[in-house]
Amino acid sequence: MISIQPGDFDAAAEYAALRASGAGTGAIATFTGLVRDSGDLQGVTGLYLEHYPGMTQQVIQELVDEASKRWDVRKARVIHRVGRLALQDQIVFVGVCSAHRGDAFAACEFIMDALKTSAPFWKKEITSGGEHWVEQKDSDLERSQGWE
Amino acid sequence: MSDNTITVRFFARLREELDTEQLVIEARPGLTAGDVLADLASQGGPWGQLQGDQPVMIAVNQAMAKPGSAVEAGDELAFFPPVTGG
Repeated sequence: MISIQPGDFDAAAEYAALRASGAGTGAIATFTGLVRDSGDLQGVTGLYLEHYPGMTQQVIQELVDEASKRWDVRKARVIHRVGRLALQDQIVFVGVCSAHRGDAFAACEFIMDALKTSAPFWKKEITSGGEHWVEQKDSDLERSQGWE
Repeated sequence: MSDNTITVRFFARLREELDTEQLVIEARPGLTAGDVLADLASQGGPWGQLQGDQPVMIAVNQAMAKPGSAVEAGDELAFFPPVTGG
């Protein structure tokens, strides 16, 4: 299931829902991304996240489908927030259930890496000195290309 | 859509710098996303950046596309900077 939402999420509740995915699940990998105080700029006080409604959901679904072809994925959950976020707010959650840890780790990392370079979200950093649209990082592109 | 138009949408930095969220253009036979980009860039001013140094990503009907991708009446074309979510 994929959710794009302005509101916060409860990572513990998401984990509990993943845990209820069935007796074949032997491993759950989750990732949570948070707003930190430095990115392109120092002294970041918050973020604004824009997305392309409709396309975002479609792209993430394709990534989950691709992960399910490559690894044993029994259940996957992706949540991405949009709008204004404060320091240390949760931005993104990816959770994957598999039979074994290797598949759970790999599928979770793949979805997260690919999301960063292909899902249409844009971050704007907010500081006391102004605002700045974040630039795509070569390191993110390299991580994503590493899965090809 | 029964008319002969294409909706063009802009996001993030491009939306702000072009001061345009969306516009409507006339479709024509053989039109590609790259043609639309060139037509818009030729207006000059901030529009020139559509063919500048910074990469512009393209989507047609909410799927990633390329400059050579065809666009037809009723399509939704979008231009945006490289994505930075997660």
